[in-house]
Amino acid sequence: MNLFKYMVSLAAHLKPRFWKAGASETQGQILFNYRKFWLFSITVRSLVSLVPIAILFMFTYMLENKAIKNENHLHTVRLTSNTRRTLTYFFEERLDALRFIIQEEKFETLNNPDSLSYILRNLQRGFGGFIDLGLINESGLQTNYVGPFDLKQRNYRDQKWFANCIENGSYLSEVFLGYRKLPHIIIALKRAVNNDSFYILRATLDIKKLIQILSSLELSERSEAFICNREGRLQTPSRYYGKLLERMDLPIPEFSRYSQVKEAVDNAGSPILIGYAYIENSPYILMLVKRSEEIMKGWYSLRKEINWIFGISVIATLIVVLGISTLMVNKIFDADQKRLRAMERLESSGRLISIGRLAAGVAHEINNPLAVIGENAGLIDDIFKLNKEYQGDQQLKELIAAVLESVERCGEITKQLLEFARHFETKIEAINLKRTISGVLSFLRKEALYRNIAIDIDIPEDFPVIYSDYGSLQQIFLNLINNAFQAMDKGGRLEIFATRPAEGYVGISVRDNGCGIPEEDRNEIFEPFFTTKGMRGGTGLGLSITFGLVRKLRGEISLDSKIGEGTTFTVTLPIRYAGESKNEALTG
Amino acid sequence: MQGRVKMKLLLVDDEEKFVARLAERLALRGYQADWATTFEEALAKVGRETYDIAVLDIKMPTMSGIDLKKRMEQMVPEMKFIFVTGHGSEHDYDTVCKEALCCIIKPFKIEALIEKIEQALTL
Repeated sequence: MNLFKYMVSLAAHLKPRFWKAGASETQGQILFNYRKFWLFSITVRSLVSLVPIAILFMFTYMLENKAIKNENHLHTVRLTSNTRRTLTYFFEERLDALRFIIQEEKFETLNNPDSLSYILRNLQRGFGGFIDLGLINESGLQTNYVGPFDLKQRNYRDQKWFANCIENGSYLSEVFLGYRKLPHIIIALKRAVNNDSFYILRATLDIKKLIQILSSLELSERSEAFICNREGRLQTPSRYYGKLLERMDLPIPEFSRYSQVKEAVDNAGSPILIGYAYIENSPYILMLVKRSEEIMKGWYSLRKEINWIFGISVIATLIVVLGISTLMVNKIFDADQKRLRAMERLESSGRLISIGRLAAGVAHEINNPLAVIGENAGLIDDIFKLNKEYQGDQQLKELIAAVLESVERCGEITKQLLEFARHFETKIEAINLKRTISGVLSFLRKEALYRNIAIDIDIPEDFPVIYSDYGSLQQIFLNLINNAFQAMDKGGRLEIFATRPAEGYVGISVRDNGCGIPEEDRNEIFEPFFTTKGMRGGTGLGLSITFGLVRKLRGEISLDSKIGEGTTFTVTLPIRYAGESKNEALTG
Repeated sequence: MQGRVKMKLLLVDDEEKFVARLAERLALRGYQADWATTFEEALAKVGRETYDIAVLDIKMPTMSGIDLKKRMEQMVPEMKFIFVTGHGSEHDYDTVCKEALCCIIKPFKIEALIEKIEQALTL
């Protein structure tokens, strides 16, 4: 609940106030600039804060990626190298065992089936992996054989390994199926007797032992180690890269004396990492294949974390940028609005003052001809009254009375107009506003009683005494209260209360609960001849005179109105009248 | 008919239609009232006869009512003055309030003028 509230208030901070404001023409240009400014601010701030973050994250990415790759390469090379050593040792160990036997035992012993069988048993016990053992004479005939198959008297003269062994003294074969149709390896060792004569001791090795070595590497699930020969034929089984003794699905790595790592792509197109080593004195290549995706698994989870952190920092930055930009432009917007309103107020009072001057000018010009009409009609009236000839003519009397009455009415209007514009001499004295207002109300008590209007005055006893013009104040409050009366029906309520708007100023508000003033009229309400009373009479000068008087006293008048709820007029007056006046000394 | 027989008034205004009718109406009410439309005429009349009160328009061509009053005062110091005006400018008022007994703004009812005349005479 609290979080929700917090979010709502946050959203309110992010919302640009100026966006929707003002459909008015004059503000259009300014509003457009606010939006542009806002967008500009957001863009620049976002770039400035996000670009470094992005660059930082990119570097982190690259460095981490590289580090992890390097580590993996290193690990793979080490593993390959160790395994190569193990394999080399495996083959050498077995060759050495044969070498020991062939040196130690006499030909006769080796040619005796019982003693050879005894030796094979010892080998199987000591090393494991030996399947059979055979002795071959120089013509390629197997003269003695111990093992599970019946291979005695078999001739190997035409086979490649035989020739090879004669030439090199020893031989290590690839894995092959041979007569027995089982994958196996043969190792053979030649011993020379005298000058030209020799015999060969040949053993067969199970590849189980090799597979064991490779599977003990504890590789992850999709990685594997296997051996292939130099043509790429698989020598030990592979789960993913081909069948035993067939060509593997991977390219044959180029020769190197050391363990190597290279990146490649498998048949399915997935990136892989291959560690390989050529095993010395053998036809074998050790292959260690890792899937890159598996290697990078750790990196991916790290990258996910980095992405999260990056995303969150970007969002946080954007929120802050948006908030600051909005706050800033909102502040500017508010200040502009305030200034605009102040300017509007100034403009409207300036307009009123010039209207007042115009009205006064017109009134002056009209007064003279009015006087002419008045005197001439007055004379006719006099004649009617004195001359017996016309005394009975009621119609003429009425006509002339109408003229006189109209002249009087016009005179009244022009006088009020003049009052609106004229600056009477002000007489400054100490004024108790409460007493002044009570005095004004005494004129109106009867009307209030008659119309059943309740009047409340709330001005504290210690309200400051102000120095101002009594007559003007009387007129101001008389007009405002009269105005309020007119806005209310029977049974209304009038409140007059005091405020302290600022240091050195006092405020008096007159509030009615009458009909209210429509918004479109509020700007014109102080203009001369503006009236809503229509047929009910009224010159429309009351409030303009009030306005003129308030201005004359260096005060201000404002209104607050709600249709159907009423209107409050507030007059703000300086405690000390600062205008130039000859009577300023006459305070009290 | 309530006026005093002995009292004599001089009305000065550039608007003949106004000043002539006013004089006539005052006469009907028992006041002896002469009128003039220019300051020369007015001064000539003051030179020939004695008036108790002069009713002067403030704004007149060639010479203002205020200047005219000063000239008349030189000739007849005990004369009293009432100003009438259709103009109510600040300047006029400031000056008038010092210079004259009172100032009446046009258009006015004749009763208002008579009241001022009576006031002036009782002083």
